[in-house]
Amino acid sequence: MTALLRTPSPSVAPPVDSLRTARRRRGRRRLTVTAVLAVLTLALLLLCLCVGNTFSRPDEVLRVLLGQTVPGASFTVGELRLPRALTGALAGISFGLSGVTFQTMLRNPLASPDIIGVTAGASAAAVFAILVLGLGGAVVSGIAVVAGLAVAASIYLLARRGGVLGSRLILIGIGVGAMLHAVISYLLLRSSPFEVAAALRWLTGSLNEAFWEGIPPLAIAVAALGPLLGILSRRLHILELGDETATSLGVNVDRTRLLLVLAAVGLAAFATAATGPIAFVAFLAGPIAARLIGPGGSRVLPSALLGAILVLASDEIGQFALGTRFPVGVVTGVLGAPYLIYLLIRTNRSGASL
Amino acid sequence: MTSARSLRRPVALVAVTGLLVIAAALSVAFGARIITVHELLTAFGDPGSNGIAEAAVRSRIPRTILAVSVGAALGLSGAVFQAVTRNPLADPGILGINTGASLAVVCGIAFLGITALPQYIWLALGGAAITAVLVYLIGSAGRGGATPIKLALAGAAVTAALSSAISAVLLPRIDVITRFQFWQVGSVAGADWSGIAVVTPFLVLGAVLALLGGRGLNALALGDELAAGLGVRIARARILSAVSGVLLCGAATAVAGPIAFVGLAVPHIVRLLVGSDQRWVLPFSALGGAMLLTAADVIGRVIARPGELEAGIVTAVIGAPVMIVIARRQRIREL
Repeated sequence: MTALLRTPSPSVAPPVDSLRTARRRRGRRRLTVTAVLAVLTLALLLLCLCVGNTFSRPDEVLRVLLGQTVPGASFTVGELRLPRALTGALAGISFGLSGVTFQTMLRNPLASPDIIGVTAGASAAAVFAILVLGLGGAVVSGIAVVAGLAVAASIYLLARRGGVLGSRLILIGIGVGAMLHAVISYLLLRSSPFEVAAALRWLTGSLNEAFWEGIPPLAIAVAALGPLLGILSRRLHILELGDETATSLGVNVDRTRLLLVLAAVGLAAFATAATGPIAFVAFLAGPIAARLIGPGGSRVLPSALLGAILVLASDEIGQFALGTRFPVGVVTGVLGAPYLIYLLIRTNRSGASL
Repeated sequence: MTSARSLRRPVALVAVTGLLVIAAALSVAFGARIITVHELLTAFGDPGSNGIAEAAVRSRIPRTILAVSVGAALGLSGAVFQAVTRNPLADPGILGINTGASLAVVCGIAFLGITALPQYIWLALGGAAITAVLVYLIGSAGRGGATPIKLALAGAAVTAALSSAISAVLLPRIDVITRFQFWQVGSVAGADWSGIAVVTPFLVLGAVLALLGGRGLNALALGDELAAGLGVRIARARILSAVSGVLLCGAATAVAGPIAFVGLAVPHIVRLLVGSDQRWVLPFSALGGAMLLTAADVIGRVIARPGELEAGIVTAVIGAPVMIVIARRQRIREL
């Protein structure tokens, strides 16, 4: 931005004043959008706590949250809906953050972690741990996180050849992802019908098995890596200008990118370990945020909130709006598909980034 | 130079054919029970023999034939797609065409109550064709046409969307899930003569069209203007070849489920062997694909004994590294 302001072409460039007001207006728009999204997230959280097979009044929910014992609501709200809603919100935030980081860094709106094979790594490891090793609970999550990081690291290393080229990373990621999906399908084919239900979650993503014990690791990941991405977001947007420009603006490109990849992959892996790969959330949050806040400015926080909104809203729809109870990943996948195709056509037509 | 190349092609032909014959022989001989040469000969020579070994051989013959023909179809369609789109990463699996065929079949099973191959082969072909057109339109919209990365991303994204749709159709229908398992991972294990009889006309038609299109594809490789200057009707050549590719991979998917990476890996290796003349690349890709899938099927039967590993999984594990090598090459944008 500052580089633009200093461009020495007075005849073409608008006066600095109008640039400044335009910038301020965009900043205000971002602030408004972010505030609205935050309110929406909280409202959806409350809705998730109130609505279920039975309806709990908001005041009952509040009393449960404050730790009081409310007959008829303490169990359903405190033990069933609260972990589910919290897991959904945290996973949504993680997917949103991870997705927008990858998309901005690789300068391609399609290059989200679910498309380039990162979440597939975490999923494959989790399915393996459940079906072959017979493990469960936190161990599975740990394995999924480690595997997600390992897969991302190998994609990164394979793509690294005289500096990491974005498009190469994407192509290798797609290849690795395809291979891992074959592994997941194979493991599912081998399992008994009883285990398939549990394992299917690792294909589509679901909040059905959200439990209190699963929340702390995810919460810690969001609390640690979220602010890191927030701090790095400025450099992230300089990276968007291209490697040469970023270097000349004083950004250590390789180190920044490594940090960003680690944080983004970590978030995606922790979220996948908690809920399975919820389709398209990482993919959609960033582009929608970009549409809402307009050009310029950081999309990191709005994307995180949008991720949470997408997951919570889709989970409500999947549970109650349709005849059958669908896992959240199916809803986001089906809802996301038309937007995806629209986005693909629009991106390609404007010739952006590629 | 000329003599070296003219010598290389016959040698490669003999080598690939030899490997195919070996793979086919192993495919008949190997399995949960290993057959001796003697038993093999009696199974073929004496129709009256009724031992276990002979029965095993007879059940493995349709399977081997299916592996050979499906592999040939996939290799050939991969070569055709790569030439038509002038894109080294074009492959029915990567481009999501297989998933499109799967979704169409699943919808047929779930909503129309279709259970038999002769009916859903049309669904598979339709799904494959629609997905192929969709992915190509998305991938080629905008500046620069269909670059490898745009096509691959369009394919991966469409695959993700279609997979979600498949889950949405399947999840409420437990009864369909069991029948669908076959549609998640491609395999030639369920081969029988009637299935082969149903797909053969499609495969033959596709193969003939594809091989006839070789000259046109050669001209297309020079660029549209030059091809037109050479008197080739570009649109016709491209559509003819694309139709043959869709026929081949749609029919193969209908009978064997989604098998990825055969169409990707084989043409690349073939081009290393015989150069870039499509009149050679196409038949060699068919041979190589047949060899690869038959070998993958045998490997799947041997390493997971007494169970089996689906051929589609073996090809994915073998083929993904090939994709990585291609992507690591510097000039991925050109073909």
